[in-house]
Amino acid sequence: MYIGVDLGSRTVKMAVWDGERLVEHRIAASGFAPHRQAEEMIADYRAKVVVATGYGRHLAAGHFADAVITEIRAHARGISHEFPGCPTIVDVGGQDSKVISLDAAGRVRNFQMNDKCAAGTGRFLEIMAASLAYTLEEFGQAALAADHEVQINSMCTVFAESEVISMKNRGIAREQIARAVHSSVADRLAGMLARLGHSDPVAFSGGVARNPCMVDLLKKRMPGVRVLVPKLPDITGALGAALHGTGV
Amino acid sequence: MTATPFEIKAYPEMWAGLDMDVPRFDKARLMLGEMYQKSFLSQAKRPTGMAYFDNMIAEIHGGRIKELLATKAEGRPVIGTFCVYIPEEIVLAAGGICVGLCGGSQGSVPDAETILPRNICPMVKSAFGFKAGRICPYFQAVDFVYGETTCDAKKKTWEILDTMVPTYVMEIPQLKRQRDLDLWLAEVKDFKAKVEEVAGRTITETDLAAAVKIMNNKRKALQRLNSLRHHNPTPISGKDGLLIEQIAFYDEPVRFTKKVNALCDELEERIKAGVAVPTKNAIRVMVAGTPMALPNWKIHNLVEGTGAVIVNEESCIGTRYFKDCIDENATGMEGMLAALTDRYKEIDCSCFTPNDERITQVIKEFRDSHAQGIINYSLQFCHTYNIEEVRIRQACEREAIPYLFIESDYSAEDIGQLQTRIEAFLEQIGG
Repeated sequence: MYIGVDLGSRTVKMAVWDGERLVEHRIAASGFAPHRQAEEMIADYRAKVVVATGYGRHLAAGHFADAVITEIRAHARGISHEFPGCPTIVDVGGQDSKVISLDAAGRVRNFQMNDKCAAGTGRFLEIMAASLAYTLEEFGQAALAADHEVQINSMCTVFAESEVISMKNRGIAREQIARAVHSSVADRLAGMLARLGHSDPVAFSGGVARNPCMVDLLKKRMPGVRVLVPKLPDITGALGAALHGTGV
Repeated sequence: MTATPFEIKAYPEMWAGLDMDVPRFDKARLMLGEMYQKSFLSQAKRPTGMAYFDNMIAEIHGGRIKELLATKAEGRPVIGTFCVYIPEEIVLAAGGICVGLCGGSQGSVPDAETILPRNICPMVKSAFGFKAGRICPYFQAVDFVYGETTCDAKKKTWEILDTMVPTYVMEIPQLKRQRDLDLWLAEVKDFKAKVEEVAGRTITETDLAAAVKIMNNKRKALQRLNSLRHHNPTPISGKDGLLIEQIAFYDEPVRFTKKVNALCDELEERIKAGVAVPTKNAIRVMVAGTPMALPNWKIHNLVEGTGAVIVNEESCIGTRYFKDCIDENATGMEGMLAALTDRYKEIDCSCFTPNDERITQVIKEFRDSHAQGIINYSLQFCHTYNIEEVRIRQACEREAIPYLFIESDYSAEDIGQLQTRIEAFLEQIGG
């Protein structure tokens, strides 16, 4: 068994690869000690190799992991497995968003990642959903259903939140504001894609890829480009880490 | 490695005499000492010649300050600067000391932000904060500051700094046409006149020739060190290399040159013996961009923390400071000042437009240093380096050079993200 653990800022993901297929996966909240959470998750398996990725990767290496790779490389590996030959990845995680370009062999050719602010990340969407009193699931659905679009100008989480509040108080419909929030993230991702350069198709990984409105908006911003979403977008990094373990 | 804990030496009486905020400064001293121990003294396979530079850090707020005060007591000028465009030769020729003032610490930023706007360059804020908070003995010891016009943040900060310490400004043009170079030479002459006025003596041709020689020798020693770092495998860490480039801004030049050359002798021996720092197959990275002022070791700590090594800094605290020498064959004061200005105009700061020379220089240093990738580093809000990044990136794409751009300040907020980006970059290079 090859186990990949992705210790992310919001959740810990685990993928178990038996050498031929993905046999198990789990997702749990990171909590205060993500490495303990991860250790519990892998305890049921007799692992040959454990590879850690994500923010807590070095913490995991100090406790149980045999090897460590960055989430950039892990996503590259996971997507190349799911969509062989796919040249571009957009990954939106809890604390960061990244665009990765791959060569024909699936190696990282170049990448872009947001810097220290939360703009354009899953966390940004979470905070905005909360200020509109939506669950995350409802948030994407409502935004998708909006018939009219207003615009949010600020990309900063703090300023965007006050913008959302002032929109609420101007009587703008909730789903329209939800749509605006999604659009602002999509614009940011499209900007990163344009800066790095992308070709067809683009794979969309990370938990935010489960949001139907984000997928729809990303497609609209890249006419003629296919947007591929893995079956289990959250565990792309964990799967990539597990696959990396086969070569350790 | 030292058995006893490393400490920056304390001189509370001297500091009080300099009107410093002593209790506050003493805390900063202890933090800097800890940071130094962790970042520098813990390194394996350090050359023995680094002991001198370790001591320069231990005595950064003591021994060197005493020398500055002794110079002042003799009526000789001590001048603080913030830019490699200010000609040190002229200060030396007048028997004075020129020190590059610090601006590389997060610690003094809050002091600056009580006065200056927040959204400006961290180096300008840090430097200004050192004066505003009275927590830099160099700032307290200088007779005056000579600023320049290389960026808007500095240019406007001089006006406010001048209320705390006399601040003069040299206009550095932003194009290199003949009329700009004429202006530049006139500015150099004004600088000389000001230094002469404070020193109470006229600089002779003999004085200037001797000073030019001293500075050229210092540049040659730093060039020698840089080319030894380019050896593959490299005999010295990037952190130690950067440290020496930082110390170059406040140490006495003749002694410094001697010590750098002694270290270079040792590095040559190490190369012969096959010593590799940290290991033979370490990934080699070159840094380009904005200066990393003492104690800004953020990028070097992150990169070398992963087992890679930095082999070159294309920066003002780096090659821009020492890559060019002044022609020593010029004669007559007029000719010598023209030769001096000619050398200074070769510094390819991004405040110039166009600045094609720098793009070429970055690629040249990449080849010379046998690096495997370039990290381009820009301080936040440094518009000219941030925008010039586009051209450096395009050049790297053209030359198929692995490239990473980092925009950051002195805070620790982005360490997690930077670590991921740097590691991913090294994975990309390592394949």
